[in-house]
Amino acid sequence: MRGLLTVFNKELADYFISWRGIILFGVVLLTAVFAIYGPSGALQNIRAELSSTTQLGATQFVFLRLFTTSGQGSQSFLYFVSAFLIPVIGIALGFDAINGEKNNGTLSRLLSQPIYRDTVFNGKFFAGIATIAIMLTSIILLISGLGLNMIGVPPSSEEAFRLFLFIVLGTLYGAFWLGLSMLFSTFLQRVATSALAAIAVWIFFLVFMLMISTFIANTLVPIDQTSATQEIFRNIGIQITASRASPIFLFQEATTVILAPGARTASEILQLQQSAGAGLVSSTLPLGQSLLTIWPHLVTFIAITTMLFAISYYKFMREEIRST
Amino acid sequence: MSKLAKKLMVETKDLTKIYDGTTAVDNLNLHIEEGDLFGFLGPNGAGKTTTILMLLGLTEPTSGSVYVAGHNSTREPLKVKSISGYVPEKVGFYENLTAAYNLAYIARLNNLPEEIVKKRVSETLDIVGLADKAEQVVGEFSKGMKQRLALADILIKTPRIAILDEPTSGIDPEGINQLLDLIAEIARERKMTVIMSSHQLHQVQRICNQIGIMVQGQLLVKGSPDQLGKDSLDSSQFKIEIKLTETTQGIIDAVKRIKGVLSMDKTEDKLLIGCSKDLRPQIAKAIVEADGLLVEMKIQSYALEDIYLKYFKEA
Repeated sequence: MRGLLTVFNKELADYFISWRGIILFGVVLLTAVFAIYGPSGALQNIRAELSSTTQLGATQFVFLRLFTTSGQGSQSFLYFVSAFLIPVIGIALGFDAINGEKNNGTLSRLLSQPIYRDTVFNGKFFAGIATIAIMLTSIILLISGLGLNMIGVPPSSEEAFRLFLFIVLGTLYGAFWLGLSMLFSTFLQRVATSALAAIAVWIFFLVFMLMISTFIANTLVPIDQTSATQEIFRNIGIQITASRASPIFLFQEATTVILAPGARTASEILQLQQSAGAGLVSSTLPLGQSLLTIWPHLVTFIAITTMLFAISYYKFMREEIRST
Repeated sequence: MSKLAKKLMVETKDLTKIYDGTTAVDNLNLHIEEGDLFGFLGPNGAGKTTTILMLLGLTEPTSGSVYVAGHNSTREPLKVKSISGYVPEKVGFYENLTAAYNLAYIARLNNLPEEIVKKRVSETLDIVGLADKAEQVVGEFSKGMKQRLALADILIKTPRIAILDEPTSGIDPEGINQLLDLIAEIARERKMTVIMSSHQLHQVQRICNQIGIMVQGQLLVKGSPDQLGKDSLDSSQFKIEIKLTETTQGIIDAVKRIKGVLSMDKTEDKLLIGCSKDLRPQIAKAIVEADGLLVEMKIQSYALEDIYLKYFKEA
């Protein structure tokens, strides 16, 4: 156990004092500042919304709107975090975890110490998760602090809890990217290759997944301007289901439920439309219901991450130290 | 008698390792006694590193078994690792961390109590002569300094056996000698068993009291350097080279009659005489008595180098 703690401490310290850590924290700081103050930041919009309370749920969860409102012509903080920040942090922390040590000649030195081999692997993984959690917490606190100062509305206890949930969910999502990049660093010998492989997967989900899910939907249920409403709904339904293969979409869906209780995700609307007669209820979702909605997402993230971890763990434990 | 009193530090029984069909180590039976400075010689790819990895339990043998200080390396690797220090061939450190931090990390992984980690780190750096570089990041170290740090890295856990894989590769000649002397000195002071692999014979010869030559996965010979020399060259340990103004048959016969002369080769203007001890006075006398005029006489004791090369040729 002490060995694990030693590796954990060292890796954590390494992440924080290395250039990598400094750069990542710089990105975190910039994200927070731009989310609030940016030329098309959330602040302006929130002020506008607050003055006209006609919008759905605008008076409730004002504080959370700091995170979900998008400025004019730009994406919201939520989108930026899910599509860019967390994947980049996860990949940056893990892409050289194992093969970097191998190429550096530190791995065999480390493994000749009286510790179990998985100590090295677990220590790195947990230190990475801790770093992601710390970064997400600091970004949320930063935005909260800045936002509190600007809009003057403190978060309610439910809002605080929802933000906490967001950090948990974001950490799990980051753990997925960390697990993925560590998987590549276990299997591939060169650091550059494993970094590229992880980035390729990220870009695939970010850019191509949308095209693929649209393609699948249009192949199965072709629609045009004359299509019936039912057809269009089926098409969208398939699109959403296919998109859920992408962790980015999954995370966006889950965080929208958590941070924008007034909003309805496309799939919820779809369900409501399909269950005949039921209209769209214009109220916010209680915390318990929000939790229930994202439960499958949460489980999926834990499952995928555990699977990635297990594969790399197995490979790392079985791998032989060779003489070359 | 002393042999009985000494304990076996390393023992392998029919140790075999096969990588993808090629046999890296072939039925190796190696015994190293406690306190020995064992030089592990052999060309690249002879299976030295594979043997070392199996000693430490980092690689599993295909068949056979290996014991270090009585512990089975395959079954109880942690016990073996806690008493042995290992310097891999391509030793590396965390370049962005200081020398002291690198050492402290290893000390902590070896369960050294936190209150003595710091003291031990500075003591160990002092021994290898890096005390003033403690707070410098390892990225700024030269190759020689890194090898010294690697020594500190194994000393910090006060091992009973130190295993050094090609510790001298990539260092300048002066640095090599300093490093080797340091290894020998530490081993003597701490009564530590040392296994040092190398493909440079003279380095091993400088400090080791036991030498094993490994070729193609097999241990060809093992013994003290003197012993090896005697065994391998039919006891003709000395080679005397003489140059004469004229080489007559009379001289050759006279020299051949000297007791102890084992062989004689005649080249254009030189005579090469192999003998079991230094026979220069007798040979000089014989030549003068046979009316020969001696121009030059040189003696060379057989360096182990020749023996080593001979084994290489045979393999």
